[in-house]
Amino acid sequence: MEYFIELLLSGLTRGAIYALIALGYTMVYGIIGLINFAHGEIYMIGAFTSFIVATILSIYGFPLLAIIVLAGLAAVIWSASYGYTIEKIAYKPLRKAPRLSALISAIGMSIFLQNYVLLAQTSEFLPFPQLIPDFPFMEPIAHIVGSTDLVILVTTTIAMLILTVVIKYTKIGKAMRATSQDRTMAMLVGINVDRIISVTFIIGSSMAAIGGLLIASHIGQINFSIGFLAGIKAFTAAVLGGIGSVPGAVLGSVVLGLTESFATGYVSSDYEDVFAFSLLVLILIFKPSGLLGKVESQKV
Amino acid sequence: MSKRVQSLVVCLVASVAFATAGFTADTIKIGVAGPHSGDLASYGLPSVNAAKLVAEEINAAGGINGKMIELLIEDTVCKPEIATNTATKLVSDGAQMVLGGICSGATKAALPIYLDAGILVMSPSATNPPLTQSGDYPNFFRTIAPDDAQAQLDVDFAINNLGLSKIAVIHDKQDYGKGFAEFAKKFIEESGKAEVVLFEGITPNAIDYSAIVQKIKRSGADSVIYGGYHPEASKIVTTMKKKKVDAVFISDDGVQAQTFIDVAGDAAEGVYASGPKDTSTNPLAKKAIEQHKEKYGTGPGQFFDNAYSAMLAMTNAYAKAGSADLDALKKVLQSESVDTPVGSISFDERGDAIGVGFSVYQVKDGVFVEVE
Repeated sequence: MEYFIELLLSGLTRGAIYALIALGYTMVYGIIGLINFAHGEIYMIGAFTSFIVATILSIYGFPLLAIIVLAGLAAVIWSASYGYTIEKIAYKPLRKAPRLSALISAIGMSIFLQNYVLLAQTSEFLPFPQLIPDFPFMEPIAHIVGSTDLVILVTTTIAMLILTVVIKYTKIGKAMRATSQDRTMAMLVGINVDRIISVTFIIGSSMAAIGGLLIASHIGQINFSIGFLAGIKAFTAAVLGGIGSVPGAVLGSVVLGLTESFATGYVSSDYEDVFAFSLLVLILIFKPSGLLGKVESQKV
Repeated sequence: MSKRVQSLVVCLVASVAFATAGFTADTIKIGVAGPHSGDLASYGLPSVNAAKLVAEEINAAGGINGKMIELLIEDTVCKPEIATNTATKLVSDGAQMVLGGICSGATKAALPIYLDAGILVMSPSATNPPLTQSGDYPNFFRTIAPDDAQAQLDVDFAINNLGLSKIAVIHDKQDYGKGFAEFAKKFIEESGKAEVVLFEGITPNAIDYSAIVQKIKRSGADSVIYGGYHPEASKIVTTMKKKKVDAVFISDDGVQAQTFIDVAGDAAEGVYASGPKDTSTNPLAKKAIEQHKEKYGTGPGQFFDNAYSAMLAMTNAYAKAGSADLDALKKVLQSESVDTPVGSISFDERGDAIGVGFSVYQVKDGVFVEVE
């Protein structure tokens, strides 16, 4: 039983990690119908920014809490400006082009950013400082769920709640939903669509940056290539949950994380990905729009 | 093409041909085959430099028995289909011995051609075990330990020195790590003193390894033998520390790197990893590296020491045997030891170097220290 709980919690943590990245994917897709493959790289840039800031601040002997806040803030600003710029440079000019063009542009952006960080920083793995301290009250159950795991779980939950509230109950959220439903009509009723799309990219990138900080602190190392696999997994999770839906992204991530964890625990980690992707195929066969995705009716 | 140019070309070709012909009589032709271009060039070029340095030194001292060394450098790109062409070219160009075959696959493809021509081949880097152990290639020698030697060393160390009996064998599902893990598993089972409680592959680059760590804990393993590289190894040891799993962690030379310690921090303390024997204090190795720095301005790359040693072993054998006859060369290689940058080596009857190999290192106070 304890083994089951251990696997459950490790699966939940994994799911929460995927969710932090998947939220950005799903938001961008929800608004402009683009799979932003560069999102994983935004996450990686967030991790690098917080690494650099945290290292500098710790040299000057700042307290841990200040380091977390400042590094997180720097990562959010930096990643958000990347997200904003990428949208303006790589996606906006292609908004009227076929979907495939924007997709290829996204893949190109992803490769460009990876190599840019490789050249500007290093190809080596860098040790990421442990920013989340080991809480004393977690000590008795530290072998089941660590302090970092707890922080990630809590952050993901809060992030999901805030996003849902923003989208459902605020003016900008309403504008986002309108843009998502019908861009032309939204423009006609006076919504600044360009601004809404920029805001979406900024929110998504900020989430990825926070994810970068937390996940790198959890893993303890960063490298220019960490965004790729994380991005693919988060994208899978977003599709699983129904791409375009915020609760769907979180649910999909948790399902993916739990599947991987139980597959490793009860079958074999050799088949971890086999199970995860078989599940994806099965769900898409029976529910093509994902777990919580909306069925789009084709207009005749 | 005008008549004049034509005749000029003929003259040039003729003069070059005569020059080589005149040279052939009193040179020892040593082929150097390896990847000199492409993505694996960094594994092959240091061997070319090593061959050049040894050849220059010997030639400057008057050659071997008065004969100068001539190098025939040919690219294999580490591709089997190109390596066979390279081999055919080297044989027809009159190579008497060959340094190389950098990648195991390309080397294996080329070996039958050299064998038919009775040419000795010595590789600084092809570690695939069957190359020597199958007995198919009696002309093949190498100055690097085969892949299974490392697994054997780690397993012996775990069982005999540390007295471990329940071993979880984990690998990263890639060629190198999985190969190592499979050998480790085989040796543990053959020893009869320990059991493999878990044998699994993990996904490289994954975000989190806590599930597999929980599984290791549940298997009751007292140790983990890991085949793979440092990025995953450091994640596993940190997760093991967090989850309070105190199994001994033993790994291969993919982990025996300072980066592993830098990344894993405290969790790296006490980890064992095998790696090439430390030759940095060997005066010959120091000399070879100095020569390289002087001539090329940089430190040597991968397999430089091994290639340098192979050149010394081959030229020494040639000097003692007096010819490039395969049997005569083999006799010298197998009976006499020669001082090289990787130590004083001779060869066993299968062609593996005796005295070249791996040591077990342990992380102590943030550095890998050789375990006596």
